[in-house]
Amino acid sequence: MMHRGCGGVGAHVVSWWQGSAGAALSSGLIAAHRMLPIRWLGGARMGGWLRRAPGSLRGLRRLALGPPFPVGRGDQLPHTDLTVTAEEHVDEERYYQLYPGHIPTSPLQKALLSAGSAFMALYNPYRHDMVAVLGETTGSSALRSLRDKMKHDPEGYQILQERPRIRLSTLDVTGLRELPDGTFGREYVRFLDSNRVSPDTRMPVKFVDDEELAYVIQRYREVHDLMHTLLSMPTNMLGEVVVKWFEAVQTGLPMCILGAVFGPVRLSARKLQILTTELVPWAVQSGRNASCVLNFYYENRWEQTVESLREEIGILHPPAICV
Amino acid sequence: MAASIGAVTSRALHSRRHHRKLLSVGRGLFSGARRLVAEGETHFGFQNVSETEKGEKVYHVFESVAKKYDIMNDSMSLGIHRLWKDILLHQMNPYPGTQLLDVAGGTGDIAFRFINYVRSQWEHQIKQKLKSHQNLSWEEIFKSYQEEELKLPGGSQVVVCDINKEMLKVGKQKAQHLGYSEGLSWVVGNAEELPFNDNKFDVYTIAFGIRNVTHIDQALQEAYRVLKPGGRFLCLEFSQVNNPLISRLYDLYSFQVIPVLGEIIAGDWKSYQYLVESIRRFPAQDEFKAMVEDAGFLKVEYRNLTSGIVAIHSGFKL
Repeated sequence: MMHRGCGGVGAHVVSWWQGSAGAALSSGLIAAHRMLPIRWLGGARMGGWLRRAPGSLRGLRRLALGPPFPVGRGDQLPHTDLTVTAEEHVDEERYYQLYPGHIPTSPLQKALLSAGSAFMALYNPYRHDMVAVLGETTGSSALRSLRDKMKHDPEGYQILQERPRIRLSTLDVTGLRELPDGTFGREYVRFLDSNRVSPDTRMPVKFVDDEELAYVIQRYREVHDLMHTLLSMPTNMLGEVVVKWFEAVQTGLPMCILGAVFGPVRLSARKLQILTTELVPWAVQSGRNASCVLNFYYENRWEQTVESLREEIGILHPPAICV
Repeated sequence: MAASIGAVTSRALHSRRHHRKLLSVGRGLFSGARRLVAEGETHFGFQNVSETEKGEKVYHVFESVAKKYDIMNDSMSLGIHRLWKDILLHQMNPYPGTQLLDVAGGTGDIAFRFINYVRSQWEHQIKQKLKSHQNLSWEEIFKSYQEEELKLPGGSQVVVCDINKEMLKVGKQKAQHLGYSEGLSWVVGNAEELPFNDNKFDVYTIAFGIRNVTHIDQALQEAYRVLKPGGRFLCLEFSQVNNPLISRLYDLYSFQVIPVLGEIIAGDWKSYQYLVESIRRFPAQDEFKAMVEDAGFLKVEYRNLTSGIVAIHSGFKL
């Protein structure tokens, strides 16, 4: 059932978006509560002769420019005649923004975005937003399998229901800092401080055309820093590549796989050697051994020690190398 | 105020009906986005917003795109925007001594071209005089030695006016970088309410800016006011494509590719979505010509470039 706007979904779902960076960013330009007609107007506007064209051509066009999610009314695309009934066929009901910050895109746009963001991410590694976009546009099947893994695990299912977010406003950072050394919470805050990062810099989700999958990828992004903590990897290039290898094995997201394979391109020979001989085998083994990392309600585990959490998840002890 | 809104609204509605007859395909969801615009409301791309909101939203759009504005122009138009602007200058054909006002001139493209044109005209004039063995006055010889160009030849002046400070900032940096300093001023101002006296400028240009103005008719009236008698109004703007095949390709490119380019190069999908939508909402060539005539300009003509993707409207204050 595609008729889903913010209003049609449960309150807990709406609440996970409220105050999110996504809402803040999107409301800057267009009010977050507004439902926008779908933006792939190129497709609909191509109407007319292409629409009446014989099967295969129409099919091709629908494939490239068609709706990003199944259309409700049979298989008909928006009416493009300019007669009086134009208003009824705006189809605002069908092509709503599914969540604040959502930008519906056609398959053609997704393909262009994937290619462009992959190129840009390699060309300018500081464009983290490009990595995010690549993940969103290429990750649909991996996200679906992740969501299914979460559904079949009790803790994962709880996370999907409650939709917790990791943000500075919800984290009690001073409280975490007061925890004893070696606890997960303490080490996480130490990681944030020493690498000078903040959980609020995660990009909001834009191009995922399913509201639950959008949450899954958002959760994956927010859990990324926690992975750094559990794997004891800093945020330099080498550390990021190692975490990407781990995540590639764990999630199967094409973006992680691409990052893992192409990330090392920019590393020095010495670091590359350390990477290939020690770090990658360990990361891959840990990834295989560990259960799905999204199935842990980390917010309830701050007091747990890092060692016991690693054991519970199945992450092997990190090699004693200074990264 | 209400009358002018009403006038603009009725013209806008009329144009849509006009479009319906002329253009058969490729206007699909545009029709869907068409709703009666209430009093005090206007359009922001395909949305309807209040008039005050539109000004703010447009300001935010250009604030966020300012730094990547030039790079995006090159990639979206594949460099063709440079040709369009060159053609505008050729049509203007300024002579040394012209006073130009470039409204919504943000990053200074038109202003810099104007300066180059005037300088090359001046050099051309000097060369002609030398060739025909005319005696140059001491003044002219002195001026031709001034390679440093302490002043623009003939006292030409260009004022770049823009409502957006970020765009002007980028323009100033560009000017410094490229070495343009004399005869060039940067002024913050609203096209609907220009901070200049009457009858001041020889030429008024507005390149790719007028569709972002909330009250186009007011901008046109201001243009009329600040021009000297005999002054010329020139507007370079995206317009309606006349060829149906090119129109479809253009729509496809606009809606599928341009926002993607915006996201990848500038990290900003929504501003470029606004851009392509605002192009669709701008009146067609003939209708805009009528608006220019309404403001009092005479001998109003337009010239299509690239099959009507862009049009140059020209009018004189006589």
